[in-house]
Amino acid sequence: MDSQIKGVSTGTTILAVTFNGGVIIGSDSRASIGGNYVSSKTINKLIQVHDRIFCCIAGSLADAQAVTKAAKFQISFHSIQMESPPLVKAAASVLKELCYNNKEELQAGFITAGWDRKKGPQVYTVALGGMLLSQPFTIGGSGSTYIYGYADAKYKPDMSREECLQFATNALALAMGRDNVSGGVAHLVVITEEGVEHVVIPGDKLPKFHDE
Amino acid sequence: MAAVYMSANRPENAFSTVDLVPEWAQEEVSTGTTIMAVEFDGGVVIGADSRTTTGAYIANRVTDKLTPIHDRIFCCRSGSAADTQAVADIVTYQLGFHSIELDEPPLVQTAANLFKQTCYRYREELMAGIIVAGWDKRRGGQVYTVPMGGMIVRQPVSVGGSGSSYIYGFMDSNYKPGMTKEECLHFCTQALALAMERDGSSGGVARLAAITEEGLERRVVLGNQLPKFSNA
Repeated sequence: MDSQIKGVSTGTTILAVTFNGGVIIGSDSRASIGGNYVSSKTINKLIQVHDRIFCCIAGSLADAQAVTKAAKFQISFHSIQMESPPLVKAAASVLKELCYNNKEELQAGFITAGWDRKKGPQVYTVALGGMLLSQPFTIGGSGSTYIYGYADAKYKPDMSREECLQFATNALALAMGRDNVSGGVAHLVVITEEGVEHVVIPGDKLPKFHDE
Repeated sequence: MAAVYMSANRPENAFSTVDLVPEWAQEEVSTGTTIMAVEFDGGVVIGADSRTTTGAYIANRVTDKLTPIHDRIFCCRSGSAADTQAVADIVTYQLGFHSIELDEPPLVQTAANLFKQTCYRYREELMAGIIVAGWDKRRGGQVYTVPMGGMIVRQPVSVGGSGSSYIYGFMDSNYKPGMTKEECLHFCTQALALAMERDGSSGGVARLAAITEEGLERRVVLGNQLPKFSNA
């Protein structure tokens, strides 16, 4: 499906997982043209849209960048008007509106994850046509197909930060190992009430599996 | 009155059979499926789901996709049901003949290569992804995968069919060399259950078989007995 995107696409693996006290959002770092040429080995697909809210992008890079730029503006304006940090649901909703109202032209999907005072850590997925769904964890992008089984088997609610980091790292490594348009380094962002921590795992430090 | 309405709205279908036969009966029968095979010391474990579809209709919900080719050699079929049945029949005949000439049980590698020859020669016409697995005296348990296009490669563990995409990650992280037969059966059951949960073209029961020097042991895990991995 990604090979039909004109121009640069993030054939990709993205995920977001809630744990006890926070949420981890992660992605690979490869951008490719038509699945044949890697146009960037180190692109950052985790966009910060507010202090405790990140979103990760899949699909056409141009579309995703345009949408997140507009969303970032709308969310910070909303936050100033309300005089309080925005809800994760509000940020996800902004993305959804943009995706749904422009569904004919756009080819981008998003995962929004973050922490807010009202509901704590949350993950929202905004699919290609503009559907908005809240889930305890979610995976997306072309590489996600290969890790549905792994994620279903290994996810448990209320994991600790370390367990969740291990789960996300393993999932990304497995997907990057099987999907030729996902690769590079693994970017992970841990979002909690206290703050935001960015973890980067280079390719050679990723977990290796039996046939590697 | 009804006929006028239909042809006015769908002029291109004025003379087609689309109204005489339901849509699901016009699609080709496919084993959109999940199949897998694992080698262990002393034999192989093979597994498959049991769903055969014609479009959105499940033509057979208790299909047996694990087809015997010889006493200790099986194949797991995915792709077009007709194509795989035809190819399996051809190979069964060829292998049986070869085994009689040789006057000893055939090698798994021979069976796999026979599949490859047919699948490669007729690659444009066929839609067949096959996993050949079995036991022979020379090399013990072996798994050979012959995907669409007609390549052959031996692998310690192999998955195939539409549902296989979803379990590559699970397979890569959970397979360890040196598993016992029971561990392999458990691994296959879990992998099939995960794939059947996510793939719309896979489902029904999980069929498993363990092939060793001693013989064949078949198992069926019914839908309600499959491991559950629900979240949220």
